Amino acid sequence: MKKTTIAETGFLGAAVFSASITAFILIFMLFLGFPLFREGYFFTLLRTPWNPDHGLFGIYPMLTGTLSIVFLSLCWAFPLSLGASVLISVLAPPGFAAFCKKTIQMLTGIPTVIYGFVGVFLLVPFIRELFASGSGMSILSASLMLSMVISPTMIIIFTDTFESLPASYSTAADALGASPVQKLVYVILPYSRRGIFAGLVLSVGRAMGDTLIALMLAGNAVGVPGSILDSARTLTAHIALVIAADFDSIEFKTIFAAGFVLYVLTTFFILLVRIIGGTGMKNR
Amino acid sequence: MKERLIEIFIKSFAWLSGLLLLSAAFVIIGFLLVKGVPTLSLSLIFGDTSPADALLLRRQVLIGLFPAIAGTCLLVLLAVGLATPVGLAAGIYLAEYSRGNLKSFFSLFYDILSGIPSIVIGLFGFSLAISLHHYVKEIYPCLLISALALAFLVLPYLIRTTQFAMESIPSETRLTAPALGATKLQNIAYVLFPKSLPGIASGVILAIGRCAEDTAVIMLTGVVASAGIPGSLLSAYEALPFYIYYISSQYRDAYELQTGYGAAVILLIICACLFLAAFYLKNQLMNRMLYRQ
Repeated sequence: MKKTTIAETGFLGAAVFSASITAFILIFMLFLGFPLFREGYFFTLLRTPWNPDHGLFGIYPMLTGTLSIVFLSLCWAFPLSLGASVLISVLAPPGFAAFCKKTIQMLTGIPTVIYGFVGVFLLVPFIRELFASGSGMSILSASLMLSMVISPTMIIIFTDTFESLPASYSTAADALGASPVQKLVYVILPYSRRGIFAGLVLSVGRAMGDTLIALMLAGNAVGVPGSILDSARTLTAHIALVIAADFDSIEFKTIFAAGFVLYVLTTFFILLVRIIGGTGMKNR
Repeated sequence: MKERLIEIFIKSFAWLSGLLLLSAAFVIIGFLLVKGVPTLSLSLIFGDTSPADALLLRRQVLIGLFPAIAGTCLLVLLAVGLATPVGLAAGIYLAEYSRGNLKSFFSLFYDILSGIPSIVIGLFGFSLAISLHHYVKEIYPCLLISALALAFLVLPYLIRTTQFAMESIPSETRLTAPALGATKLQNIAYVLFPKSLPGIASGVILAIGRCAEDTAVIMLTGVVASAGIPGSLLSAYEALPFYIYYISSQYRDAYELQTGYGAAVILLIICACLFLAAFYLKNQLMNRMLYRQ
């Protein structure tokens, strides 16, 4: 009897401990960045530029950097992933589809730093030559490589959703004489709307949380980017770059503001996915 | 006619995007292999120290990847060692003890934790280190802090794979032992847990891979470019992914760049092996092997 109680308390304790980490991360950031969250200074930070020499510690440029890189990478990754998952689940001959799926699954295992490394020595020189301007470290380079990082996960979520189509729907479409493409347009895609949206939202969260690609490929300039060939700095890269500053400086405290923004945004995306309840996350 | 055009368009777009992604992936991996594989040699790892001396820690390796590889291995062992017991216990609780609202409350927290960017987890680890430094002067960002932060990073994966593996056991198996008079805990210990080992093992392997590849967390929590083999849990250390990042921005000559390519290939091989192992475990029916009396 006693053994049972100990074990069960242990299980409960582990569950509570793990859940409390989620809360502790938020509490630590609020506590250590505390001066920033007083009197609405935090909201001023979100609107002002970064220029520590003139006492300006705003994270507005990093916010625009993050948003532009994430948006652009989704512009590449979303259509390509949707196309590739249609190919895998509907159009390709079974052997080739299985090969594609295995390869895509393998790609999710490749470390991000390797994508970044190849980006520095292959993609950046290519972009530099192609547009003959600047160093090649730009929003464009970072978003292209980032789209390679997020596509495999997106494709896996999409194909899982497509393949969860009840067999009776599929048979009904076949019985009515639908071609594979007609079945896709009139049955599979309408059925998978939620799953596709969930996959998209999860990918936004992933793209936003990625540090290495932007840090290595976007050039980390602190200005507000004006074009996709400009260099930019993301919130994540900002944290990685400012960490070396003096502990007690305001400059250092602002990285907690950046961390807080990232925390809130990714939590929002997770909540959104739970509300839509796409197949990607169901009961997992 | 219009239908026909749309059909052709959709088909060609799907083929085009699939082939484009595959070829981009092959270009990335191919580029790395072509540049990196020729650099692989014992001297890349051990420099001019003899491998036996290096492995027995008799002599320090100064210009090889050995300290970085050793650092990564230690880090992964520590982090996964810390996270696995907690992750498994929490997963068992979630699968077998919690119901209804409590269950969705817990899983919401784990989902949020799994969505938090790794750099923010790193920032948490760093904050933890500077807060602890007020009380214990020896604590700076170090191997232990990195391992702790990485453990937090992989906890949600471990919990979810454990929970999922246990919940997918069919109810015939689930009910047999209680029908014979076993208690709930006996049922978990002798039936449910062994039955779900393959799923749990693949989750642990994926967690190992995640720890081995992560760079953002360790950047903030104590990794440095050159430290040698860490002497204690509280010392700074080197790691492969950080070395790759460091070389890409700070390389001084062609030789250093070569070692960067070499390190990238080694990391790629390690991650590919771990991934294949996880895949194998998931697909093979290991239940019988593990569950033989």
